[in-house]
Amino acid sequence: MSKTQVIVGLGSCGIAAGAGKTYNKIKALKEAENLDFELKKTSCVGMCYREPLVEIVDSTGTYLYGEIDEDRVFEIIDKHIVQGSPVKEYVVQSDLFKTPENEFLDEQVKIVLRNCGHMDPESIEEYQARQGYAAIRKIAGEQISGADVIQKVLDSGIRGRGGGGFPTGMKWRFAAGNPSDEKFIICNADEGDPGAFMDRSVLEGDPHSVLEGMIIGAYAIGATEGVIYCRAEYPLAIKRLNIALDQAREHGYLGKNILGIKGFNFDIHIKEGAGAFVCGEETALIASVEGERGMPRKRPPFPAASGLWRKPTNINNVETYANIPWIILNGPEAYAKYGTEKSKGTKVFALAGKIRRSGLVEVPMGITIRDVIFKLGGGIKDNKKFKAVQMGGPSGGCIPEYLADTIVDYDSVNATGAIMGSGGMVVMDETTCMIDVAKFFLDFTQKESCGKCTFCRIGTKRMLEILNRITEGEGRDGDIELLEELAYQIKDTSLCGLGQTAPNPVLTTIRYFRDEYEAHIYHKKCPAKVCKKLLTYEVDPEKCTGCTVCAKNCPTHAIDGDRKQIHFIRQDACIRCGECFSRCKFDAIKIY
Amino acid sequence: MRVARIQKAEKPVNGEVPDLNLLNPLIEKYKGRKGNMIPLLQGAQNIYGYIPKQAFEKISADTGLSLSEMYGVATFYAQFRLKPVGKHIIKVCHGTACHVQNANSITDAIQDSLKIKDTETTEDGLFTLESVACLGCCSLAPVMMIGEDTFGKLTGKDAVKIIKEIRLKENRQEEK
Repeated sequence: MSKTQVIVGLGSCGIAAGAGKTYNKIKALKEAENLDFELKKTSCVGMCYREPLVEIVDSTGTYLYGEIDEDRVFEIIDKHIVQGSPVKEYVVQSDLFKTPENEFLDEQVKIVLRNCGHMDPESIEEYQARQGYAAIRKIAGEQISGADVIQKVLDSGIRGRGGGGFPTGMKWRFAAGNPSDEKFIICNADEGDPGAFMDRSVLEGDPHSVLEGMIIGAYAIGATEGVIYCRAEYPLAIKRLNIALDQAREHGYLGKNILGIKGFNFDIHIKEGAGAFVCGEETALIASVEGERGMPRKRPPFPAASGLWRKPTNINNVETYANIPWIILNGPEAYAKYGTEKSKGTKVFALAGKIRRSGLVEVPMGITIRDVIFKLGGGIKDNKKFKAVQMGGPSGGCIPEYLADTIVDYDSVNATGAIMGSGGMVVMDETTCMIDVAKFFLDFTQKESCGKCTFCRIGTKRMLEILNRITEGEGRDGDIELLEELAYQIKDTSLCGLGQTAPNPVLTTIRYFRDEYEAHIYHKKCPAKVCKKLLTYEVDPEKCTGCTVCAKNCPTHAIDGDRKQIHFIRQDACIRCGECFSRCKFDAIKIY
Repeated sequence: MRVARIQKAEKPVNGEVPDLNLLNPLIEKYKGRKGNMIPLLQGAQNIYGYIPKQAFEKISADTGLSLSEMYGVATFYAQFRLKPVGKHIIKVCHGTACHVQNANSITDAIQDSLKIKDTETTEDGLFTLESVACLGCCSLAPVMMIGEDTFGKLTGKDAVKIIKEIRLKENRQEEK
């Protein structure tokens, strides 16, 4: 019988939820009581909403415990390890019995996340034990040619997971077809979308799979050097990548004549991004790797012909590379079995916002958005009404509730005006103001515009000013049309993806929530009650106890009323700061 | 990310000249390598917490990189700071998930309490306030991070309370 294992999930989200403390507590308890089990670390399994997670694997089966903070450590260790009786009410997943969380797990198909949360990301031995580096070994052992590798990637139908959706095999073929003494392969790990954290989880949870994907790519196109361009805001991902790189070098997966393939010399280094959203665009990323301001360059020539240091360069995203070893090992047919006609395989999404189960999911393409949100995500928090889902971050758009049966594939999502993007799915309910959301994204792209193209630099600023005006009750007749006009001009005249897509959040919200824009502009009302300047605060005479707290705290002394008398807000003096609302203990301030 | 663009450099704190010799190993490592500008600036910031004017000048003199290009790069990327920062950096997450769960109210409350604006540092040099994009703890939204510690499911009041506790601790240490 193998030793009982206790495995703590130590991804960024787990650590934020207190998993580090949980780990230390278990360790202390193990030492103090001299308990006989193996304590291990893993990373995010995707169930962010139940962190910190602790898995116990014993001779009877696996038990994944949720929400194990310091206080619960003693209880589960004592009952499960010492007394041998699992604490069923904390179990979120087990191979022995079903839990409500099976809804979250059963629909998922884990290819990219195959190892995340199931192994120690700092151990190459564990990766190898899970078929790690078996794909590159297969290529070396069976002497599969570079062209055949590319053909397999083409046959799998995989498209770029960074959001663009360009067929990966085609990209590789272009780069392979340009002869050069030096070629580069770059991994774009500059995950900049606010609300997206898929790539971080893969880098933290399974860094070797990304390295293996890059090594296979390098072999296929004949690259000599690899670069991982990673956000400096991801310190844990960088740390684990560095560990993985050292291990890969020691084991001969990087270096000279890799795995005995004569002339296959390849190594990878990490370049820390310095914080600029535009660097997710491939030519801007190249400029940044070269040490310059991250400003996009004109295409053509495409990076496949002239990229980093003017040499042929292939750039893919983290998730794309993580798919590659699986495709080589299991065959392109196995991969193409999942998905729709034009979008094959699976996609990882980061579920966040007003959703019950926020976390990371990997689903086959072709599933409906409604299933992702309601089946996997468990629906909307606090029983509120589902209003829209934002996909594609600042380049994407809001898909309204009535289009929730749209299937997840590149073309269907594009048809709604949003984009697949890198995989952020932010769910919004009736208390989210769509103009506020559009303003949020435009504020972001406006700040992140590199300034090269006039319309992107100045046009986004003008659009933001109009949106600010609308949310402050200064909206004018014709503002919607003006926004649309500017939006199309920016799309048409910007060089790179940032400018071409920046107006999407505004265009989709106008398209699906025009009535909300009109309510703001013509009736000076915010239906979701978010835009403070458009709200009216009143005292509910039924509930007011005359405690005087609101009157004392009103910064403009706009509230009249004596002790134990019903209070009254003078609208002409009210500045709608909301102070009375947040101070009132009796729920007596009403917002209209 | 989503950090407001950094203001122009000011005089170094108390007119002290930073110890420029600390830069030597860094310059030694990167001198003459292509694409070295960003690593040099990142390294300098790691040493001083920001990039002092004198560091720009020394790097330029020793490596031949042009001052104007270095300034251009340093002001382009959100990571670089041209002013010293406080002992504790308060990072308030303004990712999408935090935004829809009212991250603005957290920043507002901290601004009111510390009497500083976003990207500014308190007079006593204890705190710098920064807005950042996704910290990746969307399920805990709204979130802020101080040093290594992450605080989730916040309200403005919670955030101010946490900061006050840190200040109390600091003051107590000073008294000792």
